[in-house]
Amino acid sequence: MSTIEQLNEKMESLQQMEDGSSLKTLRHEAFSEFRKNGVPTTRHEEWKYTRLGGIMNKDYNFSLDRHSISKEDFDAYRLPGYEEANELVFINGFYSGEMSKIISEELVVMPLERAAAGEYENIITTYLGHSRNYLVDGINAMNTALMHDGVFVFCKKNADTKHPVYIYNIQDARSSNVFSQPRSLIYVSQNAKMQIVETYITIGQSESFTNQVMEVVTMQDARIEYYKIQKDHVQTNAVSTTHIIQQERGFAHAVTISMDGGIVRNNLNFIMCADHGESHMYGLYFLQCNTHADNHTIVDNIRPNCLSNQLYKGILSGHSTGVFNGKIFVRQAAQKTNAYQSNKNILMSDTATVNAKPQLEIFADDVKCSHGCTVGHLDDEGLFYLQSRGIPETKARALLIHAFAMDILEQIYLDPIRKYIDQEISERLENE
Amino acid sequence: MLSIKNLHAGIEGNEILKGINLDVKAGEIHAIMGPNGSGKSTLASVLAGRPEYEVTEGSVTFLGKDLLELSPEKRAGEGLFLGFQYPVEIAGLSTINFIKTAVNEVRKYRGEEPLDSVSFLKMMKEKMALMNMDKALLNRALNEGFSGGEKKRNEVFQMAMLEPKLSILDETDSGLDIDAIRIVANGVNKIKKEDHAVLVVTHYQRLLDFIVPDFVHVLYKGRIVKSGGKELALELEERGYDFIKNEYEVEATA
Amino acid sequence: MKTDVLPPIIQEESDDRAVIEKTVQSEYKYGFVTQIETDEAPMGLSEEIVRFISDKKNEPAWMLEWRLKAYHQWLKMEMPQWANIHYPKINFQDIIYYSAPKQKVKPKSLDEVDPELRNTFEKLGISLAEQKRLSGVAVDAVIDSVSIGTSFREQLAELGIIFCSMSEAIKEHPELVQKYLSSVVPVTDNFFAALNAAVFSDGSFCYIPKGVHCPMELSTYFRINAENTGQFERTLIVAEEGSYVSYLEGCTAPMRDENQLHAAVVELIAMDHSEIKYSTVQNWYPGDKDGNGGIYNFVTKRGICKGHHAKISWTQVETGSAITWKYPSVILKGDYSIGEFYSVAVTNHHQQADTGTKMMHLGKNTKSRIVSKGISAGLSNNSYRGLVSVSKHADHARNYSQCDSLLLGDRCGAHTFPYIEVKNKSALVEHEATTSKIGEDQIFYCNQRGISTETAVALIVNGFAREVMNNLPMEFAVEAQKLLAISLEGSVG
Repeated sequence: MSTIEQLNEKMESLQQMEDGSSLKTLRHEAFSEFRKNGVPTTRHEEWKYTRLGGIMNKDYNFSLDRHSISKEDFDAYRLPGYEEANELVFINGFYSGEMSKIISEELVVMPLERAAAGEYENIITTYLGHSRNYLVDGINAMNTALMHDGVFVFCKKNADTKHPVYIYNIQDARSSNVFSQPRSLIYVSQNAKMQIVETYITIGQSESFTNQVMEVVTMQDARIEYYKIQKDHVQTNAVSTTHIIQQERGFAHAVTISMDGGIVRNNLNFIMCADHGESHMYGLYFLQCNTHADNHTIVDNIRPNCLSNQLYKGILSGHSTGVFNGKIFVRQAAQKTNAYQSNKNILMSDTATVNAKPQLEIFADDVKCSHGCTVGHLDDEGLFYLQSRGIPETKARALLIHAFAMDILEQIYLDPIRKYIDQEISERLENE
Repeated sequence: MLSIKNLHAGIEGNEILKGINLDVKAGEIHAIMGPNGSGKSTLASVLAGRPEYEVTEGSVTFLGKDLLELSPEKRAGEGLFLGFQYPVEIAGLSTINFIKTAVNEVRKYRGEEPLDSVSFLKMMKEKMALMNMDKALLNRALNEGFSGGEKKRNEVFQMAMLEPKLSILDETDSGLDIDAIRIVANGVNKIKKEDHAVLVVTHYQRLLDFIVPDFVHVLYKGRIVKSGGKELALELEERGYDFIKNEYEVEATA
Repeated sequence: MKTDVLPPIIQEESDDRAVIEKTVQSEYKYGFVTQIETDEAPMGLSEEIVRFISDKKNEPAWMLEWRLKAYHQWLKMEMPQWANIHYPKINFQDIIYYSAPKQKVKPKSLDEVDPELRNTFEKLGISLAEQKRLSGVAVDAVIDSVSIGTSFREQLAELGIIFCSMSEAIKEHPELVQKYLSSVVPVTDNFFAALNAAVFSDGSFCYIPKGVHCPMELSTYFRINAENTGQFERTLIVAEEGSYVSYLEGCTAPMRDENQLHAAVVELIAMDHSEIKYSTVQNWYPGDKDGNGGIYNFVTKRGICKGHHAKISWTQVETGSAITWKYPSVILKGDYSIGEFYSVAVTNHHQQADTGTKMMHLGKNTKSRIVSKGISAGLSNNSYRGLVSVSKHADHARNYSQCDSLLLGDRCGAHTFPYIEVKNKSALVEHEATTSKIGEDQIFYCNQRGISTETAVALIVNGFAREVMNNLPMEFAVEAQKLLAISLEGSVG
């Protein structure tokens, strides 16, 4: 049976699952959408530069569950600063309560199914599946249609969460190819603060494909920081969606670091559906070998007086490909919007590729919007300046690249994580 | 120390320097003056090894070595320093990290041990005091958002840190007001030693009020057309470059 | 995109807007119909029609074959859907594909052209003979689908320059036409290019021999006149080594309630060290203020810098058409070749424009520059869509793109879709885009100095578009400036 057939069968069987009407309806609608749209090909405008065909044609073991990874296996992969962090663990796409650790009293964490059936039903009904309005393709629908053992995180009103939340997506590819579909909804209540770090880990040398969807809601005056770290090995592919819905004066700050992997697609959406929201998105894709990283961002300005700022930087060597597709929508009512977007790329080899599409769609006149995109190489003038001070060329190049990456690194406000990424970048530069 | 013989050089096939001859000995201060477009900055760039420039003829020896054979960083290692007319801004690279890297690379080239953080900081403090350098500047990204004066002071500060044998100051006075010029010139004078030579490239005489040259050379159309003592600079100030042009054109057509 | 779970979007109306609404009501000034008899093909498209057109034009067999090949390909193709434009499905059987002004005998000289026709061109401000003789512009006039006369032919012939209608070129210079026709835009390139190849009835042909600097501007004026007709013209310009030509194109159409189709193809070929400058002022009927009627303008324009140091420069001022779908492009094949695209696109009322360029860097040390200025008013949508690609072997390619949008009012849209694809590490590609409106302080400043709001808007818009306008030849610049002002009359932001 082909992978698509197996997926269809799995979706079919999940239709029968009794876990609350909202989840059931969502799954049902997503299943028909998946059947309608299928897996996107490069003819789909949003997938023009990223090909999923090869991934979907592989064989996967769909019987892996949340128990295939032990605590000891996991210990080797924990991120720096984990001692002081809440940790949420997904194994093969399923939330594992026993591996997870919650130390902040401000947080309530439970399976999506339980949340949908209990006091959080309203939140689930309103926000779960919101991303489907923006990602009209079979891949988002696939996750929803297969939604099972996802997690709901509730951050209480006025909470100043001191401990960050680390989210691990772990795939067990030790004996077979693994296909995982993690799902989560994070709700940050009024005036609460929260920091999230997310990473992807594949154990073993077989292939993995992770199709993940995370939806985040920041309520009035809430503030989130979100850091995504992608450093998995070349046999791993991922479509990773982070969809953030912002209410009045919500503040969101996201940094996406992509350093390794096979085919990596990130969807990062900021839906600014109330006045005076503020969002910042930063990204660094520092790629080598055959890694293909595709960053798609959407900022939808629906209401007036919002600010968004994005800066994505790419450093591409080897046979790698970097894709940046940024969309800014400013709707008619969103007067006084300030939206900025900048994408800068450095090509280090003639076998690397950059494809960029910075896009603006504006329907309001009293706005300040701009975007810029550059593709180039290291500044010759800077290189000569460093050399003229006695620094050899290779070292001068490394310093310049590090400097280029710096303004993204500086946006990681969590010290242990920033130091860790900085270290990883320095090590790679030394080896180049 | 520096010996330039019949140097011809240019950029993208256009010859700019058309036979420069110049000898600089340890302890001397030379000034290269000339009107715009005469080739002053080209000479400074060629000596430092800027890659766009091509040397078509002639030779340059520096402390007994063929300078033109060396990469820019080796020239720096040998003790040649170029103060840039337009210092480069590098966002994301702190000035202090940059200087520390440069100092240790130059030491490595000279076969010396790298400085540990403590001795580096000590050295830096000394030189900072010497130059009246603001510490806040050092923690900022290299030259980014620096004023014109701050950039040039940073150049002279780097010169102090790298302890070169020959310093070439390319239009260090351009864009500076008189107070800034005085500060920069004082810096240069403070770090000048017996075995250190300086080549000042300038359009105007005013910098030479503070850095007094032993020799003044006038560059015109890619050649040194007149050499003299410091009084030549004053004469130029008074009479302008036209008299050089006239004299030269008469000679050339005669 | 659906937003069903989002809070409702509140419609904000202000007094200002109402004022703008009232004043954004300029009328199309070229909307007269010329009363002349036409010689038409029956409505609809079939193999017979293609044969009919070819036969009407006494074309050689190779030309008919070429058309039929295009027609059969076209049948298998689909209308492109990717552009940001919306319109009812076009019924290709409701269009007349050939319409020629009826003249008993082909005029021997321009003086013999039907006086009604000549009147038409007088009204458009183009005198085929006298006026342009003074300003030194050679004109080829195409009405509906047929070229009705070319001025200055003898003078140009002395320099070896061929400037004539496509139909004449097919008969008199078959070797050149066969060599270059569809060499830049293959007949199967896209839906509209294939349609054009099957049914095009005329157009201009221009050949500049080696080393010749064409001493005057060459110009074509296109006009759609007859009802229900589509206009499908085809232009081919070849500049041999070391030659130079500046070519102007202007278009108008009468006011009609239904939509009319215009699907042209332009091909430019520039050899070593040659330069082609192609300027367009497009003022097809845009439809009325409620969105009735107007021309659907689906145009394929492409040039190739075949030789080294060749240069192709497109300049366009687009104020007309209900729908514009147009991407004048340059293939930079020769080393050191240069491509330029300067565009001003104005949309008002219900107009929709999706326009831009493609710069394809294949040769080494190639350069391109894109300057696009979009001005949206009324309920219109204005999109810039552009591609800059640098292939693997295009060492040291350079591109600079600047796309600016100006919005007048809050019911129009400005969209920017730039695609950047780079596969060479020595490339340097820069893209910048901004969106702005006319500031109240700017208007106030002008008012305070005694300038009316209307004039102030014209001044500011012209300032916004200046970089592009400066690239137009003098003869066109004045006309284009007036057009901008007319198209936007009263649209105060």
